[in-house]
Amino acid sequence: MADATTTENKPAAPAVEKITVSIDGQVVAVPKTTADPLTGKQIPTTMIQACALAKVDVPHYCYHPKLPVAGNCRMCLVEFGTPAMGPDRKPVMNPDGTPKIAKSPRPAIACATPISPGMEIYTATPAVKQMREGVLEFLLINHPLDCPICDQAGECKLQEYSVDYGKSESRFVEPKVHKPKRVDLGPRIVLDDERCIRFTKDVAGDDALGIVNRGSYNTITAFPGKQFDNNYTLNTVDICPVGALTSKDFRFKMRVWFLKETKSVCTSCATGCNTIVGSREDVMYRYEPRENDAVNSTWMCDYGRLNYKWINRPDRLAEVQKNKAKTAWPTAVKEISELLNKAQQGSVAIIASARQTNEELFLLKKLATKLGAVSDSIPRTGESDKLLLSADRNPNSNGSRLTGISGGKMGEQISMIVSDIVPSETTKLAHYLLPGCAHVEKRGTFTNGKGRVQKFMKALEPRGDARPEWEFLHELVFHVTGQDGYATIEGLFNLMAKEVPAFNGLTWAGLGDTGVTVPI
Amino acid sequence: MPSEFRLILKHADQPGYTPDIECYLRNGGYEALKKALAIQPKDLPDGKKMSAPEQIRDDVKTSGLRGRGGAGFSCGLKWSFVDRRSGKPIYLICNADESEPGTFKDRQIIHKDPHQLIEGMIISCFANDVHLAYIYIRGEMPDGAKLLNKALKEARAKNFLGKNILGSGYDLEIHVHRGAGAYICGEETGLIESLEGKRAYPRIKPPFFPAVLGLYMCPTIVNNVETLCNVKHVVAMGPAEFAKLGTPNNTGTRIVSLSGRVKKPGYFEIEVGKVTIGQLINDPNFGGGLRDGRKLKAVIPGGSSAKVFKAGEKFKLKRKVDGKDTEVEVDMLDLPYDFDSLIAAGSMSGSSAIIVMDDSVDIVEALANISEFYAHESCGQCTPCREGSLWMSKALHRMAHGEGRATDADYLVKIADNIPGGRTICAFGEACSWPVQSFVAKFKDEFVAKGKADEERRAKQAAAPKSATPAERSEMASAH
Repeated sequence: MADATTTENKPAAPAVEKITVSIDGQVVAVPKTTADPLTGKQIPTTMIQACALAKVDVPHYCYHPKLPVAGNCRMCLVEFGTPAMGPDRKPVMNPDGTPKIAKSPRPAIACATPISPGMEIYTATPAVKQMREGVLEFLLINHPLDCPICDQAGECKLQEYSVDYGKSESRFVEPKVHKPKRVDLGPRIVLDDERCIRFTKDVAGDDALGIVNRGSYNTITAFPGKQFDNNYTLNTVDICPVGALTSKDFRFKMRVWFLKETKSVCTSCATGCNTIVGSREDVMYRYEPRENDAVNSTWMCDYGRLNYKWINRPDRLAEVQKNKAKTAWPTAVKEISELLNKAQQGSVAIIASARQTNEELFLLKKLATKLGAVSDSIPRTGESDKLLLSADRNPNSNGSRLTGISGGKMGEQISMIVSDIVPSETTKLAHYLLPGCAHVEKRGTFTNGKGRVQKFMKALEPRGDARPEWEFLHELVFHVTGQDGYATIEGLFNLMAKEVPAFNGLTWAGLGDTGVTVPI
Repeated sequence: MPSEFRLILKHADQPGYTPDIECYLRNGGYEALKKALAIQPKDLPDGKKMSAPEQIRDDVKTSGLRGRGGAGFSCGLKWSFVDRRSGKPIYLICNADESEPGTFKDRQIIHKDPHQLIEGMIISCFANDVHLAYIYIRGEMPDGAKLLNKALKEARAKNFLGKNILGSGYDLEIHVHRGAGAYICGEETGLIESLEGKRAYPRIKPPFFPAVLGLYMCPTIVNNVETLCNVKHVVAMGPAEFAKLGTPNNTGTRIVSLSGRVKKPGYFEIEVGKVTIGQLINDPNFGGGLRDGRKLKAVIPGGSSAKVFKAGEKFKLKRKVDGKDTEVEVDMLDLPYDFDSLIAAGSMSGSSAIIVMDDSVDIVEALANISEFYAHESCGQCTPCREGSLWMSKALHRMAHGEGRATDADYLVKIADNIPGGRTICAFGEACSWPVQSFVAKFKDEFVAKGKADEERRAKQAAAPKSATPAERSEMASAH
C-alpha cells in the first residue's frame, strides 16, 4: 500500500530489512520479505515483485499478486546472476573492485525465485526475449485465433504479448487440438491457465475446479455433476488472462474497448468493494472489482457484481411530479421549501436510506435539526459470508449513523415528499416526487462497514430531469435553514468533514481512489 | 571375459528362491538391519558423539553410492540436505514408479526379493530418523504391490517393522501406495503430490525442495528401489568394501535393462564402469550380439529420454595415462557403462536401460514412437512441455505417415530447443526434447531424405492427371 490515502489507522508494520539487487543494471533496494497474499506471513520477496517495485515489466500469465504462485506459464522466465563465491566463501572481486557475478546457466521463473543480496536480474537479454517468444508460440499453436469474435479481445494478455513477442506467421502446420470453448461450468461461468483454480480453492475456499486429461489435452472443469456455483465465480473471469473463462452475463454484449471505465463503489452491502463501472453512452454493462487492499483486495462477489440491472431499467423515474402531474425543479423546490418552513416543529419525519451518500444524509440531517424532525434510515439485511458479502446490505449504514440521521422513531405521515429512482408503492403515494440518481450517475461518498470513507465517480448521465439528490437537498437546506452549503460535491464534502466529528480532517481530494478509514 | 556381478540380484534368480520372509532369512536376510540397529554412538575427536544414524549417513556418503533412479545424484549428499531442525517429521518415499521406457530392473527386485527392498528402507529410515515411509509403486504393477504388502505384513509379524523394532526403541511403519498409471508420478515432486491425493503436477523448485518442503510440506527423502537396496549392502559390507565395487566415483553395481534388437535381451547386474556398452550388447554373457546379418545403428544408453548414440560415434574422454590427464578417443561401444563416462559423451546412463537399434529400424519411426509416449505422458502443467511435446509428436507422426517435408528436421529441432534447459518446471522438458534433439542431430540425413522423398512423391501425384480417389475427395472436401 504505497498510496498514502490508503493508510490504515494501525501501528506501522515493523520495518522490513532491505536488500539491494540490480535489475537490468538499475540498482534498487527492495524489502527482503513480502507479506503472503493469503496468510499475511512474511515470505521471501521474489524477482517479479522486485521488478514491479523497480517498474520493470515482466510479462506473465499465471502469476497474480493476490494468489499463490503456480509457476506454470513460464512467460516470466528471466536470466540472473549472483555474486560469485571463492573457495574461501568470500565474494570474488572484479579488477575494478566490483563483485564478480556468476551468471546462472539456467533461467529462472521470476514469479517464484526469491531475490538474494547482490543478485542481478536480466529481463531484456536476447535469450529472455527468445524464451518469451517460445512460450508465446507454444501458447498460440492450439489457440483458435478467434479474436474477432472472442469476448476477451481487448483485455487479453495473449493479444498484448503477441504485439511484443509474437510472430506474424505461424510455422505450426499440424492439426490443432480443438478444445470446447463454450463449456457450461455453472450458472454464471462458461469455459487454461490455473489462476481460476487457485482463486477458487485458496481465496473463495471452494475447491470446485480442476483439470482433466493430460498434456495438451488438459481441460479445466468442475466436478462431474457439480456446478461451479459459489458467490465468487465471476472473479475467475477477471483473473483469467485469456478468454478461457467468460461471464455469461457480459459476454457478447459489448466490445470492451468501447467501454468507458469509471471508478466507483459497490452498493450491494456494507463492505463497499471498490469497482470499475463499464458503461457506454449512458448504458451500464458491467462491474469489475478495483484493487483496494484495505477493502476487497482485487475481488468482489457475484451478488454485488450482477446487481446493476436496475440502473438500466426503462421505467426509471425521470420527471419531477406534483400530484402525479409533471412539474419543474424550481417550482417543486420552492413549494416544498415553503411547506417545510410552515411546518410546525416536530411535525416532519424524514425517512432516509443508508443507500444515500454521506453528503445527502448530512444535508438531510441539517433539515431534520432545523425542523425538529424525527429521522431514520431503512435497514436491509441478508446472510453474510466469510469473504466479502456483509449481512448489512446497505452501503452506507455507518454514514447514516455518523451523520446522525438514523436512530429516530417514525409516527404517522400526512404529506409525502418522495425522492426515488425507480417506481414503487411509495412513489405512487407521493405528493411531490423527486427523481434521483443511481450512484453511477452522481458523485459522492459512502462509509463502509469498517468505517472506510470511499468516494465514487459519475459514469452515466441522470435520466430525464433526475438530479443527484444532494443538489436539490442542498437547495432545500438553503431555503429552509438559510444556510448555504456548497454547490459542488467537493465543497459539500469538505463542509461535512468540518461539521461531522467522525469526518473531521478529511478532504474530498484526500480520499484518493481507495478511501480513508475513520473511527466508527 | 566380462561377466555379471550379482549383489542386489544375488539370490533373485537362484532356483528355489522365493519372495517370502523365511527364504530371505535363510539367506542372511535382515542381518544388516540388526547390524545397523546395534551400532553404538561413536566418540569424535572433538568430544562430541556421533549417533548410529549419523554414522550410517556418513557411511552412505563415503560409499559413493549414487542414485539409481536416473539422475545419478549422490545418495549421501541428498540425505545431507534434509532439514533436520524443522521439528516436523521426516518422511522417506521409495520411488517404485519405474516407468522410463526400456527400464525393468526395479520390478525384478520387487517381484523376486521384496524383503531386500524393505530391509534397505528400514535401515535408510533409521539412518534419517524417519518413522513413516511409503512405497509408491506404479499402477501397472499390481502383482508387485501385492507382493510388497505381503512382505510388509511378514516383516511386521517378525517385528522388523512397527513399534520398538527388535527391541531397539526405534518405530517405523511403511505403507504401499499404488499410482494410477502416469509416467510423471516418477518425478519426485509429482510423486509427492500424487501421494497427497492430488494430480501429479511436479512442484516448482524453489521453494518446494523435497528435503525441506516435501510430503505434507515436511522434509522428505525420495529414493529409487535399487538405491535403497544398495544402502543395505553399504551397511552389510561397510562403505570401504562397497566402494571397491565398480570404479572411482561410480561405485557399486547396477542392474542394466537391455532391450531392442539383440539376441538376448534381459537384465544384467554389473559392477559400474567395469563393462562397456559394446560388451553389454555383444558379449555372450550379456546381449549376445545383434541378430545375424544386422548392423548396429543406434544405442539409447539410459532409457528412452537419454540422448541417442550413433554407431561408430567417437568421443574424446579425459583419461589418466601414466598419471597424466590425456584426451583419449573412445568409440561409443568402448564407453564404460557408468555415470560419468556417459555424461562426458553427452548422454546419460539414466535408469540404466540400454535400447539397441539395428539397421532394420526406421529412425524417424523410432523417434515418432518415443515422442508419442512423451506427448501422452506430459502432465500439461507448464507451457513448453505441454504444447511442445504434442507438437513434436504430431510432426513426427506426419513424417512417419508419408507427409514429411525436407525442412522438418530443422522444424523439429526448433521446437525441441524451446523446451529444455530450465524452461520447464521439471526434467520432463529435457526427457521429451533430448531424444528429438539428438536423433535429428545424429541422423539428420535420414530425416531430410525421408522428407524429400515424401515431397517428391506428393509433387508427382499432384502433377499426375487428376483422378481423385474417394478418400482424396473427402479429404479435399474437409479441407475446405
